[in-house]
Parts: sequence; structure tokens; C-alpha cells
Amino acid sequence: MSTSDRITLEHGSGGALSRQLTEELIYPILKNEAYGELSDATAFEIQGRVFITTDTYVVDPPFFPGGDIGTLGVFGTCNDLAVCGARPRYLTMGLVLEEGFPTSDLKRVLESVRRAADRSRVQVITGDTKVVPSGKGGGIFMNTTGVGEALGNHLLSAKNIKSGDKVLISGPIGSHGLAILAAREGLKIAACLSSDCAALFPLCSALYSLGKDLRFMRDATRGGAAAVLNEAVGGNCECGLEILETAFPVPTAVAAASDLLGLNPMEIANEGVFIAMVAPAAADKAISLLRSFDTGREACQIGAVDSRYPGKVILETAVGGRRILDLPRGLLLPRIC
Amino acid sequence: MSGFGHRLQASMSLKQILQDRRLAEPLLREIEKTAAEISRTVRIMEVCGTHTVAIRRSGIHSLLPENVLLISGPGCPVCVTPTSYIDNALQLLETTDTTVASFGDMLKVPGSDGRNLAGYMGGGRVRIVYSPAELLPIAESSSGSVVFLAIGFETTIPTVAAAFLQARRAGLSNLYLYTAFKTVPPALRALLSSPDRQLDGFLLPGHVSVIIGEQPYRFLEEPGGVAGVIAGFEPLDLLQGILAVLRQIARGEQRVENAYTRAVRAQGNPKAREIMSQVLEPADALWRGFGKIQASGLVLKGDYQEADAALHFCLPPLYNLEPPGCACAQVLQGRLPPTECPLFGSSCTPEAPIGPCMVSSEGTCAASFRYGGAVL
Repeated sequence: MSTSDRITLEHGSGGALSRQLTEELIYPILKNEAYGELSDATAFEIQGRVFITTDTYVVDPPFFPGGDIGTLGVFGTCNDLAVCGARPRYLTMGLVLEEGFPTSDLKRVLESVRRAADRSRVQVITGDTKVVPSGKGGGIFMNTTGVGEALGNHLLSAKNIKSGDKVLISGPIGSHGLAILAAREGLKIAACLSSDCAALFPLCSALYSLGKDLRFMRDATRGGAAAVLNEAVGGNCECGLEILETAFPVPTAVAAASDLLGLNPMEIANEGVFIAMVAPAAADKAISLLRSFDTGREACQIGAVDSRYPGKVILETAVGGRRILDLPRGLLLPRIC
Repeated sequence: MSGFGHRLQASMSLKQILQDRRLAEPLLREIEKTAAEISRTVRIMEVCGTHTVAIRRSGIHSLLPENVLLISGPGCPVCVTPTSYIDNALQLLETTDTTVASFGDMLKVPGSDGRNLAGYMGGGRVRIVYSPAELLPIAESSSGSVVFLAIGFETTIPTVAAAFLQARRAGLSNLYLYTAFKTVPPALRALLSSPDRQLDGFLLPGHVSVIIGEQPYRFLEEPGGVAGVIAGFEPLDLLQGILAVLRQIARGEQRVENAYTRAVRAQGNPKAREIMSQVLEPADALWRGFGKIQASGLVLKGDYQEADAALHFCLPPLYNLEPPGCACAQVLQGRLPPTECPLFGSSCTPEAPIGPCMVSSEGTCAASFRYGGAVL
């Protein structure tokens, strides 16, 4: 490789060095049959209803146990499509690099993007790279836009939920947020944790086979499970949720670290966990479908939809008390994804 | 079957055990039985802000009999600090070139004109510290003076005193303390001496008691006193503390009792108190919601007074003036539930707080807003 060891402003100038970076480093790693040549735009074909989503990744540090910004950039955006009932197909990727960022680190990130994309069966079909002066960026920022095709005609929405529906969670909570925090702050207590960053499409697609019994899915990223549960009933004033604190799968290390740090695992970001709401008769089937995947082996029911508490999430605590589970407030953990 | 009706698993952590509902059930049955014996409304004040949060977070309210009311007391250090203290801190930033270091909670508290210290973040002159130990490197790296907004109860005070001493030993003369330290026992006395008090007992603060021990609460055992039980912070600790208070009330007793023996020794932590008294001496202090309470504060003493920010920077004396409509004063004395403040949840929320009880995560209003009331 003839590009320099570190990213320079010239790599973003549009000139020779930009071209070299794209042609010699980025494109060889990402190229695929749908991204056959470097041009200003890429054409693609897709059938039926199309879903599109975009997300920007600013995670600090960019490399952490269990993944890096490249893994997140692919899985995160694909998961947003998957929980809406779409099969992820194509991604765009915009990079903002800070002057001085090691070229070898960029290569590592791109290789992660490629691996995650291959695993998710999506193709990166266009991209862009900009460089900002040293001190004006956070090493590397990434934006990915994802395009997916609808799995069927049934539209998933929190508006579908009815009193009596069951609330399920696909896996153990809290690892991602704490792994990032541990990596960033050098916290020894959480050093054994690694991010749960994972592709959720196989699980979501399995649940989609339940048809209209599957009401709604959402991945529990920023704000954790608490935020998703509140958002689900926030726009649906007729129903509320009753949730059991003890039902959540919480890894021992997460429980211990969040206790010491004064954090609530239900409010910590995940990157490989989603919440699903299903008709009561379909709950057992849904759980066994989820458990057939490694990512979903700890899936379980955490509560039910209840018309007695419109718009509210009521938590039954471990000791048996009842209180409101509110949206997380204040500055939780910045730059977590 | 064991006395608790089930076996605890070896894999359970202490934390899990202390919130196990199967262990809570016998305690709750006893609480119910004792409350029925008392057969009148009982008001128990949890003095400590950490207790307030722990109670709300575990939903303990919702488990208690109707005639047992938990009232939140003045145990959140941010909440009992007068607005004029914030005004003075803002004045420091505006009229001097000093750096102001503070615990994070203080930064969002509005001063009397609505401005707060958070408005100065980003300029490098307001520094958030999580532990007083961070004061040393901040003072070392500053060319000018550094003023620490020294608030807190007996839990925090020894660590600030230790950091201050360390800075002095390191020859750093640019670290100043703007002291608004408070001590808990004088506030309890003030609550007891209030003419229209409606209080039957105290849940005494566990962390503060780790430092001060049982002795400073003994006045509760004198005529006019109430039951006082030192309690921990896990759900079973709290239930055990509440039960102990109720039992005393049912028997007509008023004793200082320690229901948190795994952390609190009768004599407290003499070493921590020694560090405090090396640097600080008692003084009258102004409490938001209460006014002046005799000998309820701690200020720098002797030669250390040269590091007293109030003296060095000639800061104006503190006074109490509440924002219009704000009922924090009554809330802090346990006279008004947060939800009855006209501003609660409408113009005063955790995102845009007006009174300090909504600012601090340990504030009564913030806890009430977040976790809801007792009846769900």
C-alpha cells in the first residue's frame, strides 16, 4: 500500500491522494458485484415495498471488545430494517476521518464492514470519505444508509398492540453500553464484558412468519429496553405495559458493574437485542423460534400489554413493589454507538 | 422448609438476596401486623436522598399498609443549598478568573435569575468532579485559583477534607473551598422542634452513619424525640428499617437503633471524623427550606481559613429566596408531597428544573417524577 501511515487532510481533498485511498484501500475491501465500478451513483434493483433507514455512528472508542465502529455501522443499520420487517439488501457508507487517524485502523474498520456485510447478506454500493483537521473530529465517524425489501404486506407498528399481548425480549441486556464504557474509561470491573453487537435479521424474519400475531418489534439500542418500552406505548394511549424486573436476562457481570456504577441495566444500550410484542396465543411459539438462534437462546417474556395503564410502563420490581419505568433522563452515556 | 419458606441459591449475589420477594414477604406481613396494631397514620421520614431514590426505585411505597406514610426529608445536599450560593458561584466566574470545580448535580441548579453554572461549561472554567480526589490534579494544572463548591453531608465531607489536606501537603495554595457543608443531626433537631411537626420516626441515613455512628442521634431518645433507625439501601434493608420504626412506635419507644450493622459500627469511623476535625469546625449554616440552623455546618478553621473562598473572594452572605411558586422549602421539610407543588411536572421537570428538588437525581421531586407515586 502506498498511502501513508496516517490519514492526512489531502486524503479528503478530492485529489490524487483521495483517489488513491478510495481505489487502493476502501474499494478493494468493499467491492462486490453490485458495486462493480466507482462512479458517482450506483443503480440497483429491488422488488416490492422498499424500506430505507439511516444511522450515524460516533462510538468512542472505535474499537471495543466484541466489535468496532464498522461492525456497528453494518449491524446497527441492518437491524433497524430487520425490526421493521424488511430484509436488508444494500448499504451506503459515509466516512468522516480525523487527520492523523491510522490508516491501519481504517483498514481494520473496513474489513469489519466487509465481514459484517457478508454475514448480513447486504452489499455496500456507494460511499464517501471526508477528512477533518486534527482535533475537529473523533478519529472516525461513519454514516450508513440501508435499503431493504419488505418481507410481506403486514406492517409492524406499536399501533397494532392490544391488551393481553405479550412482551418478549430476544436476549440478555446491558453488555454493549457497559463494554464501551469499560473500554473508554478503563473500568476494570467491566473489563470482561464484550458488546452484544449482532445481526438480528434471522430472528426478526423468523418472528415475521407469525403473521399478524407479530405486532411490533424494535431494537433496544440507545436508552435500552426502558426507552423502547416507553416509545411503544407513548404513541398508543389506550394501552400500557406491565413489566417484570426479574424476568430480564441480565448477565452477572452486567448486574455487578451497573450496581457499582449506579446504572440501570434496563437503560443501557444494546446492539443485538430487540423487543417484540406478540398476540398471547403466539408467545410460546415466538419464544421457541427466537431460542432456535444462538443470539436468541435467552429470549423470554418480560411482561404484557395492559389497558389499565394507558401510556405508562409499570415495573414490578424484584422485591414485589410497583413503580413507573420512565424514559431514561439526563445524559446517560454519550457516544455509545 | 426453612423459616423463610424457601432455600436461597448459592449462586445468588448479596444484592439479589436483599431484594428477594420471598424474603420480603415475612417482613411485609410483620409490617402489616404492626401497622394494624398502631391503628393510626404513621409518618416516617427517610432523611437521606439515597434512601428516597432506593425506596422509589424498588417501589417500597406500594407495598406498605395505607396508614404507613414515608416522607422524604432534607437529605439531598444539592437541595438544601440556598439559591444565593449558586448566585455567588456565578459571580465568581464573572468577576474573577478563577476555575470552579463542582459535583455535576450542582451545575443544573438555577440561580435566582434562572441562569446556572452549566451555561459556563465548555469554556474550561467549570470542571465537573466525580470524586474530590480529582481536585489535586485540577489545582496542579491550573495557573490561577480553583474554587471547589464544597457541598455535602458527613458522607462526602471527609473525602473533601482529605483531598484538601493532600493539596496543602503538595504545596498547592491555589485550591479554595466554598463550603456549604451540612451535618445531619442538627437538621433532625430542627425538624423535631418544629411546632406543628407530624413525624413519628426517622429512617436514619446509612452512609452518614458509617461516619458518625450512633452517638450523635442520642438526643432522639430524650423527651420530645422519636424512633430513629439506621437503615441500609437495599429493599430488605429498607423494609427491616421500617419494621423496626413501627415496632418502636407500637411499643411506645423512641430509641436509636441500628438496622444496618453490616456497614455501620456504633462508633462510626473515628479516622474519617479525625480528618474532618483537623480541617473544619462547626458553624451556623443556612439551609434551603429551613433557614439558619445553629452549628449545622462545617467551615475551614484556623490557618486553613486562608483557603476559604467566601473570605478570600469576599462573597456576599447567603440568604434564602425561592423562585415564585416553587415549593421546595415545604417539600424539604416533608410538609408537602412533591405532586402538590403547583410547578411539579408542568413548568418544573428534570429537563427544565426550577427548584433543586427536581434538579438533583436524589431530589424528592425528581424521584417522584421518575418513579411515580405510591398507588399504581
